Amino acid sequence: MLIRQAPDLSENEVTGQDLYLRRRSFIAGAAGLGLAGLGGAAAAAPLNFSKGFSTKEPPTSREDVTTYNNFYEFGVDKSDPAENAGKLKTRPWTVRIDGECEAPRTVGIEDLIKANKLEERIYRMRCVEGWSMVIPWVGFPLKDLLATVKPTSKAKFVAFETLVRPSEMPGQAWNTLDWPYREGLRIDEATHPLTLMAVGLYGETLPNQNGAPLRLVVPWKYGFKGAKSIVRITLTERQPATAWNRLAPREYGFYSNVNPAVDHPRWSQATERRIGEFRRRETLPFNGYGQYVADLYRGMDLKTYY
Amino acid sequence: MEPTRAARKRPSRLQDNLVYSLVWLACLAPLLWLAWKGLAGDLGANPIEKLIRQLGVWGLRLLLVGLAITPAARIFRQPRLIRFRRTVGLFAFAYIVLHLFSYVGVDLYFDLGQLWKDILKRPFITLGMLGFVLLIPLAVTSTNGWILRMGRAVWQRLHGLIYLIVPLGVVHYYLLVKADHRPPLAYGAVFLLLMGWRVWDRLDRKR
Repeated sequence: MLIRQAPDLSENEVTGQDLYLRRRSFIAGAAGLGLAGLGGAAAAAPLNFSKGFSTKEPPTSREDVTTYNNFYEFGVDKSDPAENAGKLKTRPWTVRIDGECEAPRTVGIEDLIKANKLEERIYRMRCVEGWSMVIPWVGFPLKDLLATVKPTSKAKFVAFETLVRPSEMPGQAWNTLDWPYREGLRIDEATHPLTLMAVGLYGETLPNQNGAPLRLVVPWKYGFKGAKSIVRITLTERQPATAWNRLAPREYGFYSNVNPAVDHPRWSQATERRIGEFRRRETLPFNGYGQYVADLYRGMDLKTYY
Repeated sequence: MEPTRAARKRPSRLQDNLVYSLVWLACLAPLLWLAWKGLAGDLGANPIEKLIRQLGVWGLRLLLVGLAITPAARIFRQPRLIRFRRTVGLFAFAYIVLHLFSYVGVDLYFDLGQLWKDILKRPFITLGMLGFVLLIPLAVTSTNGWILRMGRAVWQRLHGLIYLIVPLGVVHYYLLVKADHRPPLAYGAVFLLLMGWRVWDRLDRKR
């Protein structure tokens, strides 16, 4: 596969047999436990996974990754999600996958985790605000999930919808954004091997503030494209509306690929502060993933389609 | 002159110094708190951004406190409150200088080319810088000597600039917020309230 040939993937990152076998025993164990996870907020549980495509850069500390978040459903301050997300119940949890497909379905999160081969992917994450992190996600390619519903030829885009539950998401008491949070991708972006559905972080199930139990990660786009706590995925023929774009269309485009040459109207995107570092560093086109994804946009004027 | 004032006993020197120290301490508290949190590594994952924001917000708050002193002195019949306008105003200036320094020196690392580009291209920085530049003459002429040299009337006209500077600060804040505009709007509302009192007061005196 294209991604496996990546130069920043070394021999020792290929799944070792021990891991592979452990994964099998984990699955057997999980099956034995059956409905153990039913009901209530899930505590962080270890996941079993193989090592996938990853950057060599040192990951941002777990503390920073889990306490500095933009998740407006829990408040607008970076510290709000960590403080307020504890109330969110992520079990039981189902995801509806529908729209332009032959086999729409509703699937439970446990089944989703069991049915997919989990990989750890250490990705750079660049926030549209000008800071970045390196995050060890655990998840599976979105394309694997989409394949299960058999998209039709009319499926040109994929729309994502976040949970609306004001009783557990205090930020939704105020219309800072037009809830539910919506995001979207073009179908070729959605089926790109780098596009990940994350269920874990640092080897364990996702903390609520990071988008539990299921979130999107698109490493070459600004972080807000990664919809969190997803309850619905819809294949569409038309480009779907997205939350930030509706709030400020001039500032947040549908594509929102990381691009140092196209500034946010109110600030420069040329540099970023990597969390944990002092000096700003240069921002890379497509967040450094250009060799894998630039072809998706061949012939497009990225200043127009920002 | 109000009759109550003549009747009131002038506070002792000790009382006076005590009150002054408390005002100083109150103005310094946010800075000490920030320094404490900063040294303890307790400013979160992005301490530089937090520092810049907090210094700016405290500068704006102190500017508004400064604007609230005159109405408070009149409403509560405490004319001696007026002497704190200078203290509070200079502290506000100090916070804003630190705010600007933390942006230019720490965030941009003295990349003056980038600073100039920001000033030209980013309206929120343009307005913030304008507000800061207008504050400088007010800080410089804050001494008794300058009031005498300029004459009360000219001095007051110059210091009327504050009615332009504070809304510049509010708009500067408003423009950098992504979605939740409630905090800058709240500061704007406080400013309008304080200005409303001034308009009402002026009309009231004419009557």
